[in-house]
Amino acid sequence: MAEQRRSPHTPDTEPEEPAAPPDGLARRRFLGYLVAAPTLAVAVQWGAEALDPQPAAASIPSLPLPEDIFDLGDMQTLAAAPTSGLIWVQVNSDGTASFAVPRAEVGQGMTTAVAMMIAEELDLPLDKVAVTLADARPELMMNQFTGGSNSMRSLFVPVRTAAAIARQRLVSTAAARWNVPASELSTKAGVLRHGSGRSATYASLATAAASTRTVQVSVQLKSPSQFTVLGTPTNRVDAHDIVTGRKTFAMDMQVPNALPTMVRRPPTINGTVRSVHNADAVRAMPGITDVAVITHGVAVRGRTFGQCIDAVRALEVTWGPGTVDGESDDTVLAKVKAAQLPLAVPPLLTEHVDAEFTFAFASNSPLEPDNAIADVRPDRAEIWSSLKVPITAQQDIAAMLGLPVSAVKVHVAQGGGSFGRHLFHDVAAEAAEISHEMGKPVKLMWSRTDDFRQGRTHPMCVSRIRATYALGNVVSFEQRHTSVQTSFSHGLGEMITATAARLPVAGNLGLAETVFALTQSSPYDFGATTQLLNEVPLRFNTGSMRNIYSPNVVCAQELVVDQLAARMGTDPVEFRRRFLKDDRLRAVMEKAVAVGQWGRTLPKGVAQGIGLHAEYRGAVASLVEIDCRPETVNRPVQDGVTGPRVTRALVVVDAGLPINPRGLEAQMMGGMNDAVAMALTSSLHMKNGIPLEGSWDNYFYTRQWNTPPDLRVVVMPATTGQPSGAGELGVAPSFAAIACAYARATGTMPTTFPINHATLGFEPYPLEPSTPQSPVDGLTNAS
Amino acid sequence: MPSHTFILNGEKVTVEVEDDVRLLWVLRDLLGVTGPKYGCGLNVCKACTSHINGKAFSPCSVPVSKIKPTDEITTIEGLAATVGKDLHPMQRAWLDQDVAQCGYCQPGQIMTAVAKVKQARAKGRELTDADFDEIRNICRCGTYTRIRAAIKSGAKNM
Ligand code: FES
Ligand code: FES
Repeated sequence: MAEQRRSPHTPDTEPEEPAAPPDGLARRRFLGYLVAAPTLAVAVQWGAEALDPQPAAASIPSLPLPEDIFDLGDMQTLAAAPTSGLIWVQVNSDGTASFAVPRAEVGQGMTTAVAMMIAEELDLPLDKVAVTLADARPELMMNQFTGGSNSMRSLFVPVRTAAAIARQRLVSTAAARWNVPASELSTKAGVLRHGSGRSATYASLATAAASTRTVQVSVQLKSPSQFTVLGTPTNRVDAHDIVTGRKTFAMDMQVPNALPTMVRRPPTINGTVRSVHNADAVRAMPGITDVAVITHGVAVRGRTFGQCIDAVRALEVTWGPGTVDGESDDTVLAKVKAAQLPLAVPPLLTEHVDAEFTFAFASNSPLEPDNAIADVRPDRAEIWSSLKVPITAQQDIAAMLGLPVSAVKVHVAQGGGSFGRHLFHDVAAEAAEISHEMGKPVKLMWSRTDDFRQGRTHPMCVSRIRATYALGNVVSFEQRHTSVQTSFSHGLGEMITATAARLPVAGNLGLAETVFALTQSSPYDFGATTQLLNEVPLRFNTGSMRNIYSPNVVCAQELVVDQLAARMGTDPVEFRRRFLKDDRLRAVMEKAVAVGQWGRTLPKGVAQGIGLHAEYRGAVASLVEIDCRPETVNRPVQDGVTGPRVTRALVVVDAGLPINPRGLEAQMMGGMNDAVAMALTSSLHMKNGIPLEGSWDNYFYTRQWNTPPDLRVVVMPATTGQPSGAGELGVAPSFAAIACAYARATGTMPTTFPINHATLGFEPYPLEPSTPQSPVDGLTNAS
Repeated sequence: MPSHTFILNGEKVTVEVEDDVRLLWVLRDLLGVTGPKYGCGLNVCKACTSHINGKAFSPCSVPVSKIKPTDEITTIEGLAATVGKDLHPMQRAWLDQDVAQCGYCQPGQIMTAVAKVKQARAKGRELTDADFDEIRNICRCGTYTRIRAAIKSGAKNM
């Protein structure tokens, strides 16, 4: 984002007018362009405006870790800087404004927040702002990447700039028409007014305000004290469509002749097809139109998905091996432990805490299974899917089909959740492959079982920590995180390679180590602190799950913090007060302590736990109470492994500048429910090259029976003037709080997660056929 | 091909399809009614929840041949009309609480909620925390707290 203090004096510059009311300060002006178009259109360059690495504050015994001064979001913003992509806000002749945001909407509320930014600077009612999802735009390069909780941070200035320029232009158009100074006009709710009583709607001026040539202009943005929309709790812009069933996901789209399509999959991860024995018979089944062999299975296309399930099940296939055949939880764990980097500080002269924590494989599958529509023709292709990195999808699919990138159109559909899954375009590429093989459009859906068994996973990892202490001080804190390799092959890799030289991380770190270094830091003043990652290159299908490494790393860290507190005979909160070096974390902790009544009397077997985490330029404290009494742990639940229950939960969030507190609250609630799942109930059990889990009655994501009955969120007032990331922020501290509470309630520090992992609470579906048949008794329990 | 007739959102419909195709696919793939979602096809996640004669059920697990011509099937698209309004009170409560995140589970959640309130009322009582604990609908975005609040307030206006 280009910016300067004075507007440029070039012939192509619009005459200026006093913009927002002066606040006594020489405020920054931001640049954009009026673009020649039938109605008023403004374009703004999208770049490095959020790039203001804050130096770590105090001089402290621990050197700042890379994440303290520069994080993943900054890196993404830096990666975007040299690109020349423009984003556009348009004012239409009906008085509405529209904007196609180059981001994915997967439930995180991004479209609502962006609409609020436009409504704010344009002085237009929110319901007159239409935000749609942009198709893949190759020229935007890494600007079109939804991940690392970076959207709000990178959109905040450019989107407001475009909207403010549009407002400024409407004002100057009306002023010229009425022959009055622009400074005498006011705007409100899509109407311009002059003291003389004259008024005009934006609709009436949208065409007159259009520019006939491209002109550079500058504008001042409102200061936060002038905000009336931003910072106000606001409902989602798509809420009405959702509750009436009208919100359209890719699977709900009607693309001509794109018939339902599914895949019979191998009994081990990434297995391949040796031979199909009855393709003709299956092709002749009711409703079925096509059968085709693809890289990792056999695809069928038919009139309904129900008939596709029948056909998938009827196929007789001989399979070749997969990429991790024979690997199970215990073999993977042994390999991960063997790859641990050594700890440097010998535990000889000081007292120390040594601990090691194991985290099972977990699934990032959303409720909407992977799906995509593909229409591949000899000379072109068109794809519809929920994609967070549509440009990478477009490039890969073009290469696979042997088409130029420009011949592949990629539409970003609304996503039914993501949690990291839609960073990858596996399903879109597979749909393209199938459409290419069959020569027909397809609507590909993975079955629920496919999603769990062949979809990407958050890999198993082990976190080892040694902390040494003496004379009331923590002298060293070492964390060695070892994980099955996490794939970042979705575009983040290219981004890091492109910016590597400019990142403040030492030496030639690998991709994953760079991500780790940019996301992890210790908020405590613990002397010599090192946090290192090592990975085991096993060929599972992996990917980031909401918040990447942090939930595991922070959980391990906070459990050891509680251990240190106990060894020193200190209350966990008191101990954190003594060692915290981050003022924002200190503030959210104190708020949580007060609101959550830290230290209140609880029955034996029930305890509180606190977890803290700062990332994405935000800070969160979670405080929970967990009930580990036998009557709770053993309470009966249908098709589940019960265990303890988080009965009260509180999340206090400092999001820098909260854009939409209601959406922020929702993200924290979701983060807490993810944390309950990760800490207590949900994991994949890997056995002989494939997970055993095949449905939501196997993979125990949080349900009403274990969601905290009392869950509150406190959104702190603005602290930094810049929005932080939000979508992932709540998971890690909540996970840590639950683990710490469990340790205090039971008197035993848990070392394997989730707590229920050792119990297999279900009868696994057969591995063949790969998709189970749907039941027929759905009416017997109609209620 | 066998033909199947039933009442869908107040209108009589007839479709020609094999007997064993589950109702969810008849609704979604043949009739273009996409409010009910697929989340498992196993009668587990409840994303497809709709009503048959006012009771909640999972159309992913019912062969279309089991639906009688007199059966009234209501999907989220037809819910408001059952009370003769633009929005059912439960939908309104969902808006008031801003329940949804991605929204994928929410049609099923709302249909479950309405049936659950009616079921309790038929027994002469209101919903309790124990009733909420029994709701099986998955929300992978974790909107459970707001769902509970919305059901409580929606029930008041039913
Ligand atoms: S799709 Fe019907 S219960 Fe999951
Ligand atoms: S709102 Fe996304 S699954 Fe419930």
